[in-house]
Amino acid sequence: MTIVSSTPNNQEPKSLQPKGWLKYFSFSLDHKVIGIQYLVCGFLFYLIGGALASAIRIELTSPVSDFMPRDIYNQVLTLHGTIMIFLWIVPVVNGAFGNYLIPFYVGARDMAFPRLNAVAFWLIPPAGLMLISSYFITGAAESGWTAYPPLSITTPAAGQIIWILSVLLLGGSSIFGGINFIATILKLRRPNLKLMQLPMYCWAMLGTSILVVLSTPVLAGTLILLSFDIVAHTGFFNPTLGGNVIVYQHLFWFYSHPAVYIMVLPAFGLVSEVLPVHCRKPLFGYTTMVYSIMAIVVLGLVVWAHHMFTSGTPPWMRLFFTIATSFIAVPTGIKFFNWVATLWGGKISLNSAVLFSCGFIINFVLGGITGVALAQVPFDIHVHDTYFVVAHFHYIVYGGSVFVIFSSIYHWYPKFTGRMLDETLGRIHFVITFIGFNLCFAPQHWLGLNGMPRRVAEYDPQFAFVNQLSSVGALLMAISTLPFLWNVISSAFKGPKAGDNPWEALTPEWLTSSPPPVENWDGEAPLVVEPYGYGKKEDQQHSEVTDQSNDFEKTMQKK
Amino acid sequence: MLGLGLIAGGVWSGQNLNPLPIDASTNAPIYDELFKVLFTIGIILFVGMLGLVVFSLIKFRRRPGDSGDGIALEGNLPLEILWTAVPAVVVLFVGLYSYDIYERMGGMQPLSHGGHNEKSIEVEQKIWGGIGSKETSFTNSSDKTISPLPVEVTAMQFAFLFHYPKGDIISGELHVPSGQPVTMKMISKDVIHAFWVPEFRLKQDVIPGQTTILNFTPTKPGRYPIICAELCGPYHGGMRSTVVVEDPDSYEAWFKQNAKEEETPLQS
Ligand code: HEM
Ligand SMILES: [Cu+2]
Ligand SMILES: [Cu+2]
Repeated sequence: MTIVSSTPNNQEPKSLQPKGWLKYFSFSLDHKVIGIQYLVCGFLFYLIGGALASAIRIELTSPVSDFMPRDIYNQVLTLHGTIMIFLWIVPVVNGAFGNYLIPFYVGARDMAFPRLNAVAFWLIPPAGLMLISSYFITGAAESGWTAYPPLSITTPAAGQIIWILSVLLLGGSSIFGGINFIATILKLRRPNLKLMQLPMYCWAMLGTSILVVLSTPVLAGTLILLSFDIVAHTGFFNPTLGGNVIVYQHLFWFYSHPAVYIMVLPAFGLVSEVLPVHCRKPLFGYTTMVYSIMAIVVLGLVVWAHHMFTSGTPPWMRLFFTIATSFIAVPTGIKFFNWVATLWGGKISLNSAVLFSCGFIINFVLGGITGVALAQVPFDIHVHDTYFVVAHFHYIVYGGSVFVIFSSIYHWYPKFTGRMLDETLGRIHFVITFIGFNLCFAPQHWLGLNGMPRRVAEYDPQFAFVNQLSSVGALLMAISTLPFLWNVISSAFKGPKAGDNPWEALTPEWLTSSPPPVENWDGEAPLVVEPYGYGKKEDQQHSEVTDQSNDFEKTMQKK
Repeated sequence: MLGLGLIAGGVWSGQNLNPLPIDASTNAPIYDELFKVLFTIGIILFVGMLGLVVFSLIKFRRRPGDSGDGIALEGNLPLEILWTAVPAVVVLFVGLYSYDIYERMGGMQPLSHGGHNEKSIEVEQKIWGGIGSKETSFTNSSDKTISPLPVEVTAMQFAFLFHYPKGDIISGELHVPSGQPVTMKMISKDVIHAFWVPEFRLKQDVIPGQTTILNFTPTKPGRYPIICAELCGPYHGGMRSTVVVEDPDSYEAWFKQNAKEEETPLQS
């Protein structure tokens, strides 16, 4: 009890912290401020990463390398991948929404370690700026976001070292965040709130944070060894000094496959929050959803070598990783069927949040299907390192995670700001994004199957038309950002007032004002044991809340 | 009814839509068979899910003026067991089937290259790529079976070089006779490259410090691209070569023309 009601950061009076918009530029300890900081910062990096993607797509409108020099192309490619993963998706699906929502969901007033939390966030802007400025100062890294040696050892060292340093900082930030989430979810839960009553996003974040804490240190160690190879001419991965380049790949993918789940599991959690509210139905199959998250966590740790089927892995290993990877499809499939079952029989508001969530389901199913195909060694041998793979992972990471981020922004914006977004602009945003995305990436499956490798600045002339199609799709995606940007900026000033709970949602973040007070709730934290109790009799819900503790009645009735 | 139509449509498109380039090695038709099956399952699943989502959005959309909640359905155990079991069975089937494919491509055979353990490769043994032992030599045993044509591949930024130990030919293009098993020993001089021929459906990384082996049997005469598929530096996109699959006679002619010593190309 004491843990919950004492404010973890009460030693430092909140009144000393800047007020108004200035607080977003301060070393704030408020989990909501930090969440927004993550979100806005991530979005700015997304715009940069998107500009780089546009440069790539412009280069690829013609079969010859004519838009930028070839080494610059590789730098742009490397920056694009690194920024999108480490500075946009990972910080936003974890840091932004995790920080904002998790304390609400567990009934706490802040994260377990607010200072560590602020440090974790403030590692990101310098790391990102360092990474991007390397392009202007020394030339950025040019060995792709995978930095395979010996290429990464032989390309210009300065850019590669800066890349390593900034990824190390970002990895550190991610580990701090992970520890904080685990501690908050397990230790700061308000009394009487059981684990199996937590909203699904908590489970997703618990699973993700376990992955973060287990696998990110491996990446860090690997990159440190790589940097020794580069600056001190050690021979861990340098074959001319007796090193082994395949070992790097094992270590790298031991992190980087779980990293895929670090990018999608939180997204799965967010969708599970958004859909029930707008369908006015309980989340279908809560328990199986929890178990499938945990199954994905376990399986996700033992599938990494499916990225190395052409590296010369022995047959038994190829088979083991084929089977393990294929089986991830089962828990993942369960989640998708459960979401469709959540839609079934609901009263669905077809608003922007729902559209993006359903867009996510459709895109991700396709990405998942190509994923299971890629897991089959004989299939992968042909398409590995081709545009088929580029299509596949963009269906996962853009069609999946980015769609969910947009859906979540449409859903929680009223909570963040107290104002509503414009629905018409939101739907326009969805339609252009959905068409643009599919136009950009669907044709790339064909390119890969027919002989276009990835990471190339030039290609065979017979691929020109399909590449141009893909670039038109990219153009649409770039355009689709405009209505979104206009919407979030203008609504912050003149959007209609949202009220505390515009969606009439049941999860705890809606049972307070919008935006919420510094301490999250004016009174004591409400006890929500049925976060998805839609469609149950109104009074029944109420009595469950009041049964547990009369103190909360007041808070509940204020809504 | 709808389900049957879906399955029929899936099977039809699996059989009739072929987005792959021509199949020019013994591996390729086996690959295409797997592709068809995966494509069929994929189409059925994707269209099915798409249909379900779109149908639900239309059927269960909120009507104007209705502010009630949906049905308070929290789960349904039999349904959930069903959609755990069915995908598990499908995935198991796909896994076993691709294991079969893998075996037919020769993936499970122990890698040997030429005469290291005095065992040459039979035509049916389509042994695949992987890391070979460095000491394997090209001296072939005098087995009755057709012994494979050995080629040594050197990859470097940004080219492939092909060395034929018999005849001591060095070539920038890979010439191989159709129907003849080829066994390649690949080394890299600098960074990781990959040897990919889309028409053969084969790819193998070429790794510095470790010799890799790739075995295949070309079946259709023609000129096909050899593509480097692993990022290897600025000119990675331009790192290409050609494999010329020709009938044994023209191969012999090419060989005679280029061989340093008098030797017959195919027999050892
Ligand atoms: C804004 C729309 C986007 C477009 C048009 C786009 C386009 C591209 C293109 C053309 C490539 C080069 C592929 C290659 O040659 O290998 C690429 C690579 C990549 N993209 Fe994106 N992308 C977009 C968004 C994203 C997002 C949101 C992510 C999030 C993680 C992402 C992650 C990656 C990664 C990891 C790579 C591989 C980079 C590498 O090879 O080192 N992309 N993208
Ligand atoms: Cu993976
Ligand atoms: Cu290359």
